[in-house]
Amino acid sequence: MTTAPSLVLRNVRPYGEAAVDVLIDADGLIAEIGMGLDVAHDVEAIDGTDLVLLPGLVDLHTHLREPGREDAETVRTGSAAAALGGYTAVFAMPNTDPTADTAGVVEQVWRLGHDAAMVDVIPIGAVTVGRQGTQLAELGAMADSAARVRVFSDDGSCVSDPLLMRRALEYVKAFDGVIAQHAEEPRLTEGAQMNEGEVSGRIGLTGWPSVAEEAIIARDVLLAGHVGSRLHICHVSTAGSVEILRRAKANGSRVTAEVTPHHLVLTDRLAESYDPVFKVNPPLRTDADVDALRAGLADGTIDCVATDHAPHSIEDKETEWGVASPGMLGLQTALSVVIETMQSTGALDWRGVADRMSEAPARIGALAEHGRPIAVGEPANLVLVDPDATWVVDAAELASRSRNTPFAGRKLPGRVVATLLRGVPTVQDGKLV
Amino acid sequence: MNKHLLSAADVDHDEAVLILDTAEQLDRALSGREVKKLPTLRGRTVVNLFYEDSTRTKTSFELAAKRLSADVVNFAAKGSSVSKGESLKDTALTLEAMGSDAVVIRHSLSGAPTRLATWIRGSVVNAGDGTHEHPTQALLDAFTIRRRLRGGAGDLDGLRVVIVGDVLHSRVARSNALLLKTLGAQVRFVSPPTLLPRGVETWPVEVGYDLDEALPGADVVMMLRVQRERMSASFFPSAREYSRRYGLDMNRMGMLPSEAIVMHPGPMNRGMEIAAEVADHPKRSTIVEQVTNGVTVRMAVLYLLLGGGDAE
Repeated sequence: MTTAPSLVLRNVRPYGEAAVDVLIDADGLIAEIGMGLDVAHDVEAIDGTDLVLLPGLVDLHTHLREPGREDAETVRTGSAAAALGGYTAVFAMPNTDPTADTAGVVEQVWRLGHDAAMVDVIPIGAVTVGRQGTQLAELGAMADSAARVRVFSDDGSCVSDPLLMRRALEYVKAFDGVIAQHAEEPRLTEGAQMNEGEVSGRIGLTGWPSVAEEAIIARDVLLAGHVGSRLHICHVSTAGSVEILRRAKANGSRVTAEVTPHHLVLTDRLAESYDPVFKVNPPLRTDADVDALRAGLADGTIDCVATDHAPHSIEDKETEWGVASPGMLGLQTALSVVIETMQSTGALDWRGVADRMSEAPARIGALAEHGRPIAVGEPANLVLVDPDATWVVDAAELASRSRNTPFAGRKLPGRVVATLLRGVPTVQDGKLV
Repeated sequence: MNKHLLSAADVDHDEAVLILDTAEQLDRALSGREVKKLPTLRGRTVVNLFYEDSTRTKTSFELAAKRLSADVVNFAAKGSSVSKGESLKDTALTLEAMGSDAVVIRHSLSGAPTRLATWIRGSVVNAGDGTHEHPTQALLDAFTIRRRLRGGAGDLDGLRVVIVGDVLHSRVARSNALLLKTLGAQVRFVSPPTLLPRGVETWPVEVGYDLDEALPGADVVMMLRVQRERMSASFFPSAREYSRRYGLDMNRMGMLPSEAIVMHPGPMNRGMEIAAEVADHPKRSTIVEQVTNGVTVRMAVLYLLLGGGDAE
């Protein structure tokens, strides 16, 4: 034991395995793991009987909207949603206003996250100035800043200029950074509203063809291989993309990829209602794509789940489809959707869930203290889950400032009971502390 | 009948025939009268909510409602996005508060009528939404075909209809394909490959790229308006090439069977998809009577949705 114990989790099942007690010390480290541990009676105890203990979840792709769109979300409200969803770390995308393309803005976001003190907020820096795609942003300054940025993305937009993408991939090697690409060839998606397919043709909405995503992934995999750098692909959404990634990895490529929970379960048929809660970029696709994404996540072709949590105000969503902003909430429903689509179907066991939702994203984002093994000496960034509970999603009850969840009214499996950030509960009994 | 008319798929075979029969009856009821008015919808409010300029369709609906003695309100709506003015939802709530029995909506974005229908209690009639549907156009087209080729009674069983042009962007094509099939006709699209919707091979229509080949076997040729702006998005190389390959000129009109008719929903690009002499042909062209029939058919739709028999 390093310092005095401050918390004990009784009878919890790490990775769904045998029940043990987990003792956490005042430094926020796991001090001891064993059956029936003997602790002083004044040490706070959390009863974890029948609950699964996982490493705290890590989201590589979240939109916290601050600075600029605090009406939709703030770093604080987004952090609350994240903690309730079982997350201990989130990476905040830079499409804010002003754009997070300088040391100044990323430090502001980092400080807001630090002050909210509910999850670790790691700012992602933009690749290009203003995300306009023409000039590299000061990636080095952002890397050296207090925010220690290592992941860069123009998400929302694609870095479509192949030369610029090449330069960006090369440049970040200097500080072991990674470019996270939003794969969308803009010339093929002008005016696009939903997946290009049988549904779009029938209901009269301009389509977003799969090839627009696949062509960029193929190009960037080749570029990254040519210059010898890492590459991360955001929100993979098509079967063809999974195929390209599988072959690339088989050839030794250092590409990694993420998938959103909504792409694991929802399809473009939902657009028939023209309800913009189902409008998202990349769009919902077909059953065949859903199946391929699940298989890709199961076999590791897709490394992790990332929510692409995208809050939007009511006036940006309760409108005609054509002018609605694309994007869905995701932080509070992610684990449940993964339990429904992957864990309860047997595609992933709890160790697999831990890998895809915590260990792999922490590794890709170079986070030292998250996604760690549940073992003595490791930081206690943990989540306790009741795998057998169910809940009905009530949009108004979510911690986010916004309400745009595609799962409103849907019954989902699994409930986060407690979330611990360096040994301190941020969520207990399913509620914010 | 359904409470709303959002899509041609909202009516089945018998309902479609009922609408056409009702239109015939209303036409006969009015033709004898000196004052062209029936009292059926007296005291009812019909709101015309037109976000897109369309004098033709708006006037048609206005006349239809007024001939049935309804109160008509033209709600001026400029633009649809939040930044330009009142949101569609707020407009809907306003109309609801004013107590409209029916809202006829034309909008530049597909799905706007569908969303509107979730916010108001009255009936919603889709007068054209983006590139999605224009069900009353399909109904007046079916009425026109039925009068010309089926003596104004029954359905369109066995008739062969060729629809030519920019199917991809055409709400008229989508509604017509649905309704013509419902009424038993065979539909064929003829279009350059770039102007066909994704997944069209799953629709109950034939598809071809060659107009000359389709004409000898057609009872009806329906020409769609093609916008010249589509050239800059590379849907076709030039207006000249488009009209050479897909335009209906006198030569092509001569390839049609003797009783075949030529239709166009309007407005026309004379010289582009249709030659002036074809459009003005006294025997073949139904373009002018389509407009007249539009008022009659829209009267039938409003009558059946709001007044005739019992509404709900």
